[in-house]
Amino acid sequence: MKEIKQFFATIGETWDGLPPIARRGFGVVALVLLILLPFAFTAGGDFIDNATRALAYSVMALGLNIVVGFAGLLDLGYVAFYALGAFTIGWFGSGFYAFVNHEKGIHVAVNGVTDTLPGIHINFLLILVAAVIVCAVFGVLIGLPTLRLRGDYIAIVTLAFGEIIGRVAVNGDSLKVGHYALTAGRQGITPIDSPDLPLLSEFGPLNLRPWYWLALGMALLSLFVNFRLRDSRLGRAWIAVREDEVAAASMGVPLVRTKLLAYATGAGFGGMAGAFFAAYFNTVNADQFEFSFSIFILAMIILGGLGSIWGVVVGAITLSYINTYFIPGPFKSLPHTFGLNFDLTDLSFGIFGFLLVIMMVLRPEGLIPERRRKLELTEGVGSGEEALYEARA
Amino acid sequence: MEAASIPVRATRAAPLTALQNFFSRWGLIIVLLALPLAFAASDIASGHGLSHIIENLKDGVSNGAIWALVAIGYTLVYGIIELINFAHGDVFMIGSFVAFGMWGTLGVTLSTGKLGVAGGLIVAGLIAMIACGALNVMIERVAYRPLRGAPKLAPLITAVGFSFILQNVGLEWLGGSQHGVDDLVHAQHILFNIGGVKIINADVLAIGVTVPLVIVLVLFVQNSRMGKAMRATAQDPEAARLMGINVDTTISFTFLLGGLMAGAAGLIYALYNTTIRFDQGFEAGLIAFTAAVMGGIGNLRGAVLGGVIIGCIQQISDDRINSTWTPAIVFGYLILIMVFKPQGLLGEETREAG
Repeated sequence: MKEIKQFFATIGETWDGLPPIARRGFGVVALVLLILLPFAFTAGGDFIDNATRALAYSVMALGLNIVVGFAGLLDLGYVAFYALGAFTIGWFGSGFYAFVNHEKGIHVAVNGVTDTLPGIHINFLLILVAAVIVCAVFGVLIGLPTLRLRGDYIAIVTLAFGEIIGRVAVNGDSLKVGHYALTAGRQGITPIDSPDLPLLSEFGPLNLRPWYWLALGMALLSLFVNFRLRDSRLGRAWIAVREDEVAAASMGVPLVRTKLLAYATGAGFGGMAGAFFAAYFNTVNADQFEFSFSIFILAMIILGGLGSIWGVVVGAITLSYINTYFIPGPFKSLPHTFGLNFDLTDLSFGIFGFLLVIMMVLRPEGLIPERRRKLELTEGVGSGEEALYEARA
Repeated sequence: MEAASIPVRATRAAPLTALQNFFSRWGLIIVLLALPLAFAASDIASGHGLSHIIENLKDGVSNGAIWALVAIGYTLVYGIIELINFAHGDVFMIGSFVAFGMWGTLGVTLSTGKLGVAGGLIVAGLIAMIACGALNVMIERVAYRPLRGAPKLAPLITAVGFSFILQNVGLEWLGGSQHGVDDLVHAQHILFNIGGVKIINADVLAIGVTVPLVIVLVLFVQNSRMGKAMRATAQDPEAARLMGINVDTTISFTFLLGGLMAGAAGLIYALYNTTIRFDQGFEAGLIAFTAAVMGGIGNLRGAVLGGVIIGCIQQISDDRINSTWTPAIVFGYLILIMVFKPQGLLGEETREAG
């Protein structure tokens, strides 16, 4: 154990010791490798599929990290933004509203076959922007009532909002204005328009490379925004609010604006990834907007380390691979080898729950801890009974 | 903590203050009465009389008795360590499953005689209660105690984690679909009829188990030595420790009590609804938590009151609106209460809610 720790510490020190040019060069090389990666694998194969999902989950996790990791507002209803992002593309990028404009459809900046289909069809990039805006607005709406609350009450209120939005998604087929239902209920909205972007080859189920590049682009954008935000005035305000709300307020941090901006930005990323997932899976299925999804994303950022950007990416990629590759793949029949008669796939959410408990008890700062967070967490834990009373005072 | 989170307005017109006072006192009650009153009015307007709405309320009260038992678990734990024991709903689910399993083990079926059923139910109930109590204590020991000094979000996250673990246990136990339970008490059998309102076996069972349990619990917390220790720890853990109270044991004991109640609730739930399901605990947990907050979290009587009220709301919504919307309606109430009246009907201002 000690040797492993020492090993990682040495790596970290070596990295910090490198001249900036070398670090930048390393980054560029890694980026080029990531871009070229799909060419090494079959275009429609599992590898690119798993990698694409992992990247899209990273975007989601980075978004939730802003709310939970930076601003310290435990949001258990993040699935709401997945749903809203997915429905944005369901409404504006599919044949769902087939009756609009006398069944001729509305088309904005789309070409090819899509241009002739009924329903509303808007360019994918515009939809991404719309999804971000819709989710940011809802993020503020959900955030507003929680402003007066703290800690676990925020968690429950956001959870309740997430569940309500999930319910509306499932029952929305009965909410009608004229011909137009709000959602397609359990049937799901399908098919969804595939993106059609310049420079990239055709998006389709057999050629997953462009999906990968799109997801990579979104992940890089999210990373960039996350780093810039963390080091900005706003990011420092978030961390101040997380550490001590009263102190932050008395230092002149505007609490309302700071918190609402955290909700809005976090939600925006969720919406972006949600719209991407809907297009990628080619369906908006109301049944998937469940509480367990929020916990899946939360487990990613806990595993990686709350507030640590690289940690969150590592956590997202790890859990995504556990979910899409290891559990259905190599480890599926593991219980059978111990003489148990079930598949590991049945246990997936138990495994995530177990991860949450284990991480929180044994290594609450996560795999790649944020420096500040680590200090904060190791202060009290394990120092016996006194800590209890300090924490409650 | 309290002052900073609420923007204070310096000047306020006098009539506005009066209005605000009025709403802060009566607003929640008005909102709670809205549903039953609206449907009662529509019943009278259409010439049907009040018996339908009274039957809804009767169902609500007996259903609410189950939520009250679960809500007590939340309120006890929150009162003493200010933690939302998220796994509590799933402990309740395990209670249902244990009770169901015990009938199988004891061989209690529909063809068993009345005495056999009664004996089987009592044994199964006691074992379910003990199992849930032990489970709850174990969860506290494993997932919450190591995190006493950590930020408050840490134990909440482990609680969510344990909730998932328990759900998965339930999933492996009885599978993913609804599981039918033998209708051992003939739940829908009409026992007697008061003014057009039918009292069925399930009502009697729910009320008959809940009321004695709650009375015993309240007396215990008020009068026993351990109850005194619990109240002292809830008020001020440090002072309690200085007075020679073993805080850890007291907290474990609180979890034990909560688990016992959840086990009893699990048994009644299985008999009342005659179906059990691995994810019944998630929704039940949130409903019961709403009940606990509604009554004023930390307050035992409040939890019972909240349970009954939420049971009525749920029943009216199931019967009059649509059962698919019930969760959304309950969650709507949860948000309203947590945001506008976090101290609930009977509670005092909590540190959390400010």
